Amino acid sequence: MKALYAKPKSLTDNIMIYCPGCGHGIIHRLIAELIDELKLREKTIGVAPVGCAVLAYDYWNFDVTEAAHGRAPAVATGLKRVLPDRFVFTYQGDGDLAAIGTAEIIHAAARGEKISVIFVNNGVYGMTKGQMAPTTIPGFKTTTSVEGRNPQVHGYPIRICELLATLDGVSFLERVAVDSIPGIIKTKSALRKAFNCQLEERGFSLVEVLASCPTNWKMTPEQAMKWIGQEMVKYFPLGVYKENSASLGK
Amino acid sequence: MNSVLLSGCEAAAEAAIAAGCRFYAGYPITPQNRFPEYMSVRLPQVGGVFIQAESELAAINMVFGAAAAGARALTSSSSPGISLKQEGISYLAGCELPAVIINMNRGGPGLGDVTPSQSDYFQSTRGGGHGDYRTIVLAPWSVQELYDFTYLAFDLADRYRNPVLILSDGMVAQIMEPVRLKNGVKKLPVKKWALTGCRGRKPNSIKSLFLTPGVLETHNWKLARKYELMEKREGRWETYVCEKMELVIVSFGICARIVKEAMEQARKEDIRVGLFRPLTLWPFPYKQLRSYLDKVEKVLVVELNLGQMLDDVRIAAGDKRRIFFYGRPGGGVPTPEEILREIKKK
Ligand SMILES: Cc1ncc(C[n+]2csc(CCOP(=O)(O)OP(=O)(O)O)c2C)c(N)n1
Ligand code: SF4
Repeated sequence: MKALYAKPKSLTDNIMIYCPGCGHGIIHRLIAELIDELKLREKTIGVAPVGCAVLAYDYWNFDVTEAAHGRAPAVATGLKRVLPDRFVFTYQGDGDLAAIGTAEIIHAAARGEKISVIFVNNGVYGMTKGQMAPTTIPGFKTTTSVEGRNPQVHGYPIRICELLATLDGVSFLERVAVDSIPGIIKTKSALRKAFNCQLEERGFSLVEVLASCPTNWKMTPEQAMKWIGQEMVKYFPLGVYKENSASLGK
Repeated sequence: MNSVLLSGCEAAAEAAIAAGCRFYAGYPITPQNRFPEYMSVRLPQVGGVFIQAESELAAINMVFGAAAAGARALTSSSSPGISLKQEGISYLAGCELPAVIINMNRGGPGLGDVTPSQSDYFQSTRGGGHGDYRTIVLAPWSVQELYDFTYLAFDLADRYRNPVLILSDGMVAQIMEPVRLKNGVKKLPVKKWALTGCRGRKPNSIKSLFLTPGVLETHNWKLARKYELMEKREGRWETYVCEKMELVIVSFGICARIVKEAMEQARKEDIRVGLFRPLTLWPFPYKQLRSYLDKVEKVLVVELNLGQMLDDVRIAAGDKRRIFFYGRPGGGVPTPEEILREIKKK
């Protein structure tokens, strides 16, 4: 009999503790599928963030380290420079990557570190219960912007892909969304491109994934998925922001 | 053995390379700029990695990554930069990763100044970062000792899977002295716990987060047993005794070296004074100091700060003896004559 569906070897049997409708579980699985497909499991080192995905090492069945909040790109830099033939990626939320770790992500990108970054943009601080994030869109209500984000008071969101696209060290940037089946398929193909970018030593790659946090958005999973496509993409347009086919050199 | 003239920063860099360190990340700060400059040339020559990081925060976390990959990794800085590294040092301790951190102490608090100081004693010996952890702290008084301690620090870090600090200062960092070099290590320890890709084994993970009730406590008790072992085995000190001592001076690092000059001068004048010099500030050699102090009535603690090691000397002494303190807290070092005057006052 032909198996049509199986759990990727790169996922453990542990039960994920993410909320129903959360984007993290989908993205974890896509990463695991790709690592299997590209036969990378035995040479992969993942760097988990501080955020809801902090327990990622319980879910991925390959080598994983924790990193202090926001420092994953620095930790990945150390790993990759010591073991240049291993596959090294970071997995980071928007508080982790675009607030406390802004310096680390910009400089890892500027140095052209040959790592892949999976940037999960859910527009809030999930783990700490829904405070405003650097990616919270104007008007959106959070526990530290209860009337809605007011740019006059709270400033404006940061668009990471657009920001990093100006840096010469960056080879691949794409923004995708896991809000629908086509979105999930698109996300997997963006991740594949980013992973290949590292495998072909073309430089720094990052995929920004717009993802749901129904719990802190105070929505049902279905509403949350719809909201991504209807509202979030207006502020964070999907698409490829950079794609260098040439190598930056070793 | 061949001897070469090196500055403190260069000597520590050479010691690290001899010890098999092939990864350095750092951020410029006076008075240890020679360190990253020298490493930027030297490490690539031996196939190592040098990274000028965007901050000390990034540098220590790069070291974290390199250590997680199993490499011998080093970072250096001076006081304000070491403050930024505390987050990373706490994570290294919690995750049980070996690494070496060198502090060329300058005056503080705040931006302070760029002259030699010992004002980071509390920060180095009392944790510095958050959480219940310990780091071995070595305090050299010469370029040779900085070389030897740096070499040793990598072995200690690997032996205990723990960060090791060297608390030096802006003076030892910059003076040039002849150094006897060691032969490089031939075989580095095997690190089965390292993250190298899970070929032929179960996946490894490195973490300091233990959310299941009771697990963190078990982890911290395990760390405690390790710290106990370090306390038992790794205390180091040096003494200069004489007959019928009336006064003992306790001092460390560059300050102790100046004290020794003063002490020799005092002895010429028939003042019976001895010196106790801790080489490790943690573990602090309480017992050894105690038995030494039992020989005298009076103790003088001399430091380049407002009296930080003084606390440890008080713990060692109990409350029996009279403990005097002489400190210079503004950056900069006293002359032997100044210290001699203090000796004569007691
Ligand atoms: C230095 C430090 N500051 C703050 C925190 C608390 N903290 C934990 S997770 C988090 C925010 C995570 O948000 P995000 O990165 O968006 O990830 P998400 O949980 O939404 O996936 C914060 C502020 C911490 N652990 N460490
Ligand atoms: S709080 Fe949000 S991001 Fe965190 S697990 Fe729940 S849904 Fe996911």
